[in-house]
Amino acid sequence: MKMIVMVMMMMMMSEGSMIDQTCKQTPDFNLCVSLLNSDPRGSSADISGLALILIDKIKVLATKTLNEINGLYKKRPELKQALDQCSRRYKTILNADVPEAIEAISKGVPKFGEDGVIDAGVEASVCEEGFQGKSPLTSLTKSMQNISSVTRAVVRMLL
Amino acid sequence: MASTEALLPVTSRQDPLSESRSDQIPETRRRRPIKVHLAVCSGLLLIALYVTLIVTHDGSTAQNGAKDETSTESRARLAGVSEKSNDGVWKLSGDGKTEAFPWNNTMLSWQRTAFHFQPEKNWMNDPNGPLFYKGWYHFFYQYNPNAAVWGDIVWGHAVSKDLIHWLYLPLAMVPDQWYDANGVWTGSATFLDDGSIVMLYTGSTDKFVQVQNLAYPEDPSDPLLLKWTKFSGNPVLVPPPGIGAKDFRDPTTAWKTSSGKWRITIGSKINRTGISLVYDTTDFKTYEKHETLLHQVPNTGMWECVDFYPVSKTKINGLDTSVKGPDVKHIVKASMDDTRIDHYAIGTYDDSNGTWVPDNPSIDVGISTGLRYDYGKFYASKTFYDQNKKRRILWGWIGESDSEAADVQKGWSSVQGIPRTVVLDTKTGKNLVQWPVEEIKSLRLSNKKFHMKVGPGTVVPIDVGSAAQLDIEAEFKIKKDDLEIILGEDSVEADEEFSCQNGGGSTVRGALGPFGFSVLADQSLSEHTPVYFYVTKGKDSKLKTFFCTDTSRSTMANDVVKPVYGSFVPVLKEEKLTMRILVDHSIVEGFAQGGRTCITSRVYPTKAIYGATKLFLFNNAIDATVTASFKVWQMNGAFIHPYPADDL
Repeated sequence: MKMIVMVMMMMMMSEGSMIDQTCKQTPDFNLCVSLLNSDPRGSSADISGLALILIDKIKVLATKTLNEINGLYKKRPELKQALDQCSRRYKTILNADVPEAIEAISKGVPKFGEDGVIDAGVEASVCEEGFQGKSPLTSLTKSMQNISSVTRAVVRMLL
Repeated sequence: MASTEALLPVTSRQDPLSESRSDQIPETRRRRPIKVHLAVCSGLLLIALYVTLIVTHDGSTAQNGAKDETSTESRARLAGVSEKSNDGVWKLSGDGKTEAFPWNNTMLSWQRTAFHFQPEKNWMNDPNGPLFYKGWYHFFYQYNPNAAVWGDIVWGHAVSKDLIHWLYLPLAMVPDQWYDANGVWTGSATFLDDGSIVMLYTGSTDKFVQVQNLAYPEDPSDPLLLKWTKFSGNPVLVPPPGIGAKDFRDPTTAWKTSSGKWRITIGSKINRTGISLVYDTTDFKTYEKHETLLHQVPNTGMWECVDFYPVSKTKINGLDTSVKGPDVKHIVKASMDDTRIDHYAIGTYDDSNGTWVPDNPSIDVGISTGLRYDYGKFYASKTFYDQNKKRRILWGWIGESDSEAADVQKGWSSVQGIPRTVVLDTKTGKNLVQWPVEEIKSLRLSNKKFHMKVGPGTVVPIDVGSAAQLDIEAEFKIKKDDLEIILGEDSVEADEEFSCQNGGGSTVRGALGPFGFSVLADQSLSEHTPVYFYVTKGKDSKLKTFFCTDTSRSTMANDVVKPVYGSFVPVLKEEKLTMRILVDHSIVEGFAQGGRTCITSRVYPTKAIYGATKLFLFNNAIDATVTASFKVWQMNGAFIHPYPADDL
């Protein structure tokens, strides 16, 4: 039984350490680990797979933020102009950045994936700035910036 | 055994996707073990994991701390991909002063170039298979027919009589075979002895493997080469043992060996070493792989778009790719995936074994301090031998430096640089010299000539009318007396550490510079793009000249990358300082000392557009007066349009 325990421990440790080793090379280890561990594919993925998981997180977050933006039109009609910009920016993340990144990483030309991921962070920041200090989306913006930053670091490992 | 909950750092951590700290997203919670021995096992495992996390957490706090600087009023600024691509941290820096900036269609439509090659819409990247055949220059290119970002790649096609006036043709190749189902990627053309064309290109297979495929014109009597046939036996090359399935792309034009075989090279990597594989063939269908590489350089990463060609040591014409001999040096060039920079080196090719050694290993291919075709935005470049005019011509992909949202809104992304001739610099012997093809002069309309002395700290408006499509040729001379004073004066510090990137841009004043032109400027210079020389005094009192382009103030927009680009440029004794600038809306190409140092930039003004675009001459030096002699031409558009459908 001790053998089983040892073997299982070693197996699980070596699965965990791919995520650990990868996340150590990103600007936010804790975020990286929690994102990757929250996906069942994480424990057996290679670096490309980990990157794809993170890009999926970007997609989920962008969708969530877009919903939030849509809801704000009614609640904060005075913010319409900024919300329009943000809507455009987050749609870019969903319709351009994410598909580009997924295709690029799947096909082994990660530099285009890096471009898409960097851009996700830029779009979030530009949206945020449109509120000139009074953004109702700040927490979501920060999340996107952080995830973008972590994902970029992982994608760079593929270059 | 302590409760496993206490040792589960993962579930106690806030899920970043949830805004509420008290929420726990179910998927982060580990399933509780139901059997005792599994409980023991996972308990031990978790202790081990927890320990690992404690140990590694300390290493990451510094980076976490740095990230906390972001603030809601931060100004979005991209860490320029080529400058900071290795730091992995995308930082925001803030001044909160810039207003958030919505692009409107007026501003965006101004950005389209008038005389640079770009498709009618959507995304383009690498130049492919350029060649001259039956009176036409052919240009193929990586193209996305569906979006303004990279993806769904096919081969676009265009023809021109003069490398300037292009006519769009139907797509040349699309992903219609299993061996290129996921992308018809970059490739090169070779002319066989009988004048027929073969094309080798990379396909991304249905299983995402990168392979090399052979194609040839379906109808060689068609000067437009509209249709291409893919060899039924494709792929002709698959990744060899030891090479990653996704690290094998961009085959070169072939050259003839002394034994009469054809030889190609393909870039790749082994771990972090960039390499170039060599294959010999007689029929382009079966190949022998060399055991040795053409060349390799550690720590340079994946080599994309490798190019290999001879240059004459003595003559100014280009050479066919197969030329060898004592009168010739060979260039190895590669596009560095890591940094998006095209590097080249000059060296000697050994045809007996297909290897190459650089003249100067300290600036080998891919070394960051090594030579580049262009010190700005310029990638995936490719040369071809133009047998029509005996030139070697260089194409380079010029991507956007703006946000993808803007690209999507304006409906397109990327242009090609103006094709350049490439020759060895026979005066220095140590670098190539590039120059826009002569044919571009056919776009020159009216011109104005100027000759003026510009004192230190002066800005002079140059009235040329419309200033978005210009060709400027200029010569500068620093006043001799000033030079002598500065060189002789000990108090003028030697500027050993200057580089365009660290020099602070065009507003930082030195004794002998910066001076040059501000293009794409508005009247008040709230937006402008200086292209300039900066001359420094070295410790040994020798002058050192730099050529830079400063895009940091090129636009009020905050979602654009705005680096300062540039490099040292060799200036030989008795030479005047010369620069040429091509301005074409959102692209600026600068050439110093006849093309010894070239800089391409993308510029996206919000105010300096249409009638508001101006040109200025400036001298920001502290001590030196400069005499500028220059000519400015208005440039016509190339009116690139589809080949008339009726004539196809």
